[in-house]
Amino acid sequence: MAVGSVRVGPVVPRPGLRVWELLDHERFLGPAFVTPALLLITLLVAYPFCMALYFAMSNAFIGRPSHFIGLRNFVGLWESDAFRQTFQNAFVFTGASVALKLVLGMTLALLLNQQLWFKRMIRGAVLLPWVIPTALSTLGWWWMFNSLYSVVNWTGLALGLMDPPGPNWLGQKYYAMTAVVTVNVWRGLPFFAITILAGLVSIPRELYEAAEADGAGPVARFWHVTLPMLKPVLAIVVLFSTIFTFSDFNIVYVLTHGGPINSTHLFATLARQVGLESGQIGQGAAISLYLFPVLMLVVWAQLKFVRRQVY
Amino acid sequence: MTVKRRPLLTKIARHLGLVPFLVFALFPFYHMALTSLKTDRELYDRHAVPLLIREGPTLEHYQKLLWDTGFLIWTKNSLLVTVLATTVSVVLGTIAAYALARLRFFGVGPFGTGIFVTYLVPTSLLFLPLAQVVHWLGLADSKWALVVTYPTFLVPFCTWLLMGYFRTVPKEVEECAMVDGATRLQALLRIVLPIAVPGLVCAVLFAFTLSWNEFIYALTFTSSSDEITASVGVTSELIRGDIYFWGGLMAGAVLGSVPIVILYVFFLDYYVSGLTAGAVK
Repeated sequence: MAVGSVRVGPVVPRPGLRVWELLDHERFLGPAFVTPALLLITLLVAYPFCMALYFAMSNAFIGRPSHFIGLRNFVGLWESDAFRQTFQNAFVFTGASVALKLVLGMTLALLLNQQLWFKRMIRGAVLLPWVIPTALSTLGWWWMFNSLYSVVNWTGLALGLMDPPGPNWLGQKYYAMTAVVTVNVWRGLPFFAITILAGLVSIPRELYEAAEADGAGPVARFWHVTLPMLKPVLAIVVLFSTIFTFSDFNIVYVLTHGGPINSTHLFATLARQVGLESGQIGQGAAISLYLFPVLMLVVWAQLKFVRRQVY
Repeated sequence: MTVKRRPLLTKIARHLGLVPFLVFALFPFYHMALTSLKTDRELYDRHAVPLLIREGPTLEHYQKLLWDTGFLIWTKNSLLVTVLATTVSVVLGTIAAYALARLRFFGVGPFGTGIFVTYLVPTSLLFLPLAQVVHWLGLADSKWALVVTYPTFLVPFCTWLLMGYFRTVPKEVEECAMVDGATRLQALLRIVLPIAVPGLVCAVLFAFTLSWNEFIYALTFTSSSDEITASVGVTSELIRGDIYFWGGLMAGAVLGSVPIVILYVFFLDYYVSGLTAGAVK
């Protein structure tokens, strides 16, 4: 190979070079470059997705031939208490988590956007929960919420914030939901904080100086400069997070397994329980597919933003 | 204004505002590490202070984890799957991203949208039918199932991330090289890729982290102790019946996170830039 030296002048045509010459044309190179990714997505995303649609409309059961039954799975699920509870949980979990992450993330971003000592270290510490494998860090939370040795309760009692023995976090209905939301907020907060921080940094300083010259205090500056300028970033962060929170699996699976009495099940965890542990693949697939409308909604909203920026 | 007369005090106040956030972010790790170093006697003593170690740190949980469980095999599996899936995904993602960012050809628009939609499809939507596909491929209960399926979320991610980077490379640089006689492929290899190195590093790091952290596919497609990854091994094999060996569990959680933490410490800035790339750009 002629490394470093670039040939000048017409390339001498040789029979073996034809393919390489073709690849010099965008019309051929482009498709050649996207084909591997396209194949992968067709075979392992689009095709399984179609399978999921078929499963969901069949009475498929592990190890048994299946029949087409139309939309009966989707409708029949509404007769199951576990599913109705899950449906409600999914919205409570997503709503509470995303709202908390947004408010806390905004606060944290504003705090990080000041002159600080050890800026890098603080940023690193804040981001840490987001990079550690969720299943493993959730194990840590499981131990923190343990019914006998809960360090959360120990601290609460020591500070006089709780009455002994303190809540049984993972064993009581509303406390369990509080616990899974807490862990989700803990894990997702860095994404909000760091992204909003990046948005804050990109706001031109002159806007603040002009606002200050007009006599705007810190609160007025936040409402009339910071928030409007951050709107696109906030919208995108919330949309991304909604999908990932709505389809969350790891935290609930490790922390509560959907219990107590289905009070923390999400679509993904219920789908796994019904589809794999009980073997009703058809119903499990139907439960998973209830994630789809939300996904579509978010993708549609995203494309409106992203298209405007990218294409 | 008092604010300007007391700069040091306000500076301290700013840092105090961060303290609750730092405690919230870091305490679980502190508690995890602490538990893994405690003797069982202290761990299960309900009158002991859970925030400190009194009876000397001990490595017995780590010893048990490494020699009496399959932890080393699980870690090896995780590494194998992660390295292979990352390599494949970054290569496929790089060429797809280059094509999408730079070339004009039939179907480029829809394909770009397709990549973006795929990027947002959650793994928990597809694990049931994919389990069937994995079975048909003859890869059921094999770590190779993970090598094959992880690129489904890594390739869209890498493509999306790298498209942004390729767009920042000025077109003229590449055109200059081609005017000088380089082919498009040569221009890509010698001119564009070297400029996009920060983006490539970012893609590698994120792909590595995402596949090391992946859980639902690993849990669904593999089950025997020789094939599972570290996350699955620690969460399923170390929990037997109703008695939990908390010391060992926490040791597993700590050690299972180590590879990511090492990368993280060295490449923090890449993580920050990658995290914001998707949303802000």
